[in-house]
Amino acid sequence: MSPIDLSTDIIIIAFFMLLLTIVAYFFGRFLFSVFSGKISGTRTGIIERWIYRLTGTDPDNEQEWKEYGRDLLIFNLFGGIILFIILSIQGFLPLNPQEFGPVNPLIAINIVASFITNTNWQIYSGETVLSYLTQMSGLTVQNFLSAGTGICVAIAVMRGFTRKDTKKIGNFWVDLTRTVLYVLLPLAIIGAILLISQGVIQNFDPYIHTTGYGTAPGQILPMGPVASQESIKEIGTNGGGFFNANSAHPYENPTPFSNFLEIFLILLIPSSLPFAFGFFLQKPRQGFSLYIVMALLFLLAFSTLYGFEYLGNPAFKDMGITGIPMEGKEVRFGLLGSALFSTASTATSSGAVNTMYDSLTPLAGMVPMILILLGEVVFGGVGSGFYTMIGFVIIAVFIAGLMIGRTPEYLGKKISVFEMKMAIVTILTSGVLVLILTALALIIPGGKLAMHETGAHGFSELLYAFASMANNNGSAFAGFDGTQFFYIISGSLVMLLGRFIPILAILALSGSVAGKKTLQSGPGTLPTDSLSFIIWIILVILIIGILTFFPFLAMGPVAEWFIMSGGI
Amino acid sequence: MNRYISYFRPVIYIVIFTLILGFVYPLIITMLSSVLFPVQSHGSLVFNSNGSVAGSKIIGINFTGPQYFVGRPSATNGGPYNASWSGGSNYGPTYLPLIAKIKDRTEFWRNLGIEGEIPSDLVMASGSGLDPDISLNAALLQVPLISKSRNISSVILESLVNVESNRQPAFFSGRYVNIFALNKALDNLSQEV
Repeated sequence: MSPIDLSTDIIIIAFFMLLLTIVAYFFGRFLFSVFSGKISGTRTGIIERWIYRLTGTDPDNEQEWKEYGRDLLIFNLFGGIILFIILSIQGFLPLNPQEFGPVNPLIAINIVASFITNTNWQIYSGETVLSYLTQMSGLTVQNFLSAGTGICVAIAVMRGFTRKDTKKIGNFWVDLTRTVLYVLLPLAIIGAILLISQGVIQNFDPYIHTTGYGTAPGQILPMGPVASQESIKEIGTNGGGFFNANSAHPYENPTPFSNFLEIFLILLIPSSLPFAFGFFLQKPRQGFSLYIVMALLFLLAFSTLYGFEYLGNPAFKDMGITGIPMEGKEVRFGLLGSALFSTASTATSSGAVNTMYDSLTPLAGMVPMILILLGEVVFGGVGSGFYTMIGFVIIAVFIAGLMIGRTPEYLGKKISVFEMKMAIVTILTSGVLVLILTALALIIPGGKLAMHETGAHGFSELLYAFASMANNNGSAFAGFDGTQFFYIISGSLVMLLGRFIPILAILALSGSVAGKKTLQSGPGTLPTDSLSFIIWIILVILIIGILTFFPFLAMGPVAEWFIMSGGI
Repeated sequence: MNRYISYFRPVIYIVIFTLILGFVYPLIITMLSSVLFPVQSHGSLVFNSNGSVAGSKIIGINFTGPQYFVGRPSATNGGPYNASWSGGSNYGPTYLPLIAKIKDRTEFWRNLGIEGEIPSDLVMASGSGLDPDISLNAALLQVPLISKSRNISSVILESLVNVESNRQPAFFSGRYVNIFALNKALDNLSQEV
């Protein structure tokens, strides 16, 4: 490898973060105007009004949190059923040039759970199992809708804090329609066209048999409508690849530019939501401080991952090999493009990969793991990152309130027992699921067979698998074999519980604070937009994360690092 | 009527969104791209003189030496560079079989007479198993071998590698070359000489 130029990389990162911040600010403002209904009345709103007429939706009829949550669940349930049907009958449907048969029902259940929860954990290999029709009418659609669901919840939570003395937090159908029509679809179209210009494919051709060239034998090149799925896969922090190799595949991510575009698209909506929150509150500083919390944690995670990969693996240096460990990495992305993509993809709930995490050096591989275990609040999944962050903020406000003897309140809303319960449920559900199931997998007979490797690394693979599913990330230490019965079933359950329990809890919290008075801030109010509070939130997030997972991390990546360094 | 509609509302929404997002959207993108980027959208294919497809510009293929520059190791299922089942080895950094494999590959180059440091991309498998590129240094390292087997001077070959490497955007990742393009250029060069 060419020697890595640290100063160039630092300049690129600084420029990248600056660009992200500026674009996120304006996109946050755009989100605010979309969800305040400013587009709906205009000429552009004609499709929206047409959809309301067809479905009998009254856009002015707002819902209480229970109705909002109920409609959300029913909608996701129906979406899941349709997807299951498509998977089961794809053999009889058109656009199936490879003549793939129906997907095994157990696998299909796992795919459904995975795609409606925005997880996109993949226990199948796309190019060998799914028809073009399934990929586009089944998976692409759920890429949009699961992302839309997350954004709806985030917006409903924002409204809760903005309002007073009401139980209404918005209308799910209206929020969903606006998310899809004005946010996701336009971005997806732009993203897809840009990706195609770089070489991402988009066609319905049958797989191509090539002749090869020179000494190189021919291949079978898979084809398909990749770009239209690729762009929403990044924008909606879904992460489910069209191909098995995901964003490492040249047809999904062909150049350094497409790589940076994909990273940018992954981060765009999650980083805009805190700004949108500030505009909802008419206190932009409150939104900006949440953004700063996320950005600082992001840079910390990125530098750690980058740094440990830069240091490399001593075993290979001794053999006379130079350069960073390239196992599982692509030459065209280099260290910067691989590390930045990996951080972005696991800080959010994307889970797309352009680098095989299983082959990262131990402490670099621990970064994606920790980002996921923290509940994906570092920007986080579209919507889910924001509402989980609100859970952490409530906890932070509460602990700070106890320490300095003030009534805990956030944005003028008193935090009482009910809000605390809901915040705890929001942030701890996935952690509890991870710990219980990882432990269970180790004691049931055959549980360990799924691990590719034994010892500390095998444990990391297992821990990562449940962390990824419970937090709806979907990336994997892919040596792990998730196709055993126990993992298919427990995995599906974990994905569903890890998604919908926090959603209901945070909606309940939103409904509760919407019904409260908004207190005027006085000298006794803890300021939540100060630098000290920003640092405080970061510490609370890290402390809760460490308290929950330290023993598990010690047995996995930390132990492996000692082994690799030759200490044990 | 209204009550009837509200009962089926979720279903109507799913149907509408499936039509818009699952059919209209991908079809529009497909039509646009076939007009705007006909080559890229169909896989950046490289054709033989008789019209059949040799491969894709951006999908790696499995060249063997010493007549050609060799690409990265590939860990795809069912043999290297299996384009219909992409993927990496997913071996962890302390996994002994991986370390043994990398040692073997290093020795392979040593046996061909390569001394000095070996770039990591030449002995470690890529994430996709279809990486079309190798680093500039990994290509330069092979120049003496090609030079010997093709009887072309090393200086000419080095400038060929550099020219090919300049075609790739190097700002983010250090300089690299596309193996397929490099080997085609190499064949053209041999014909001229």
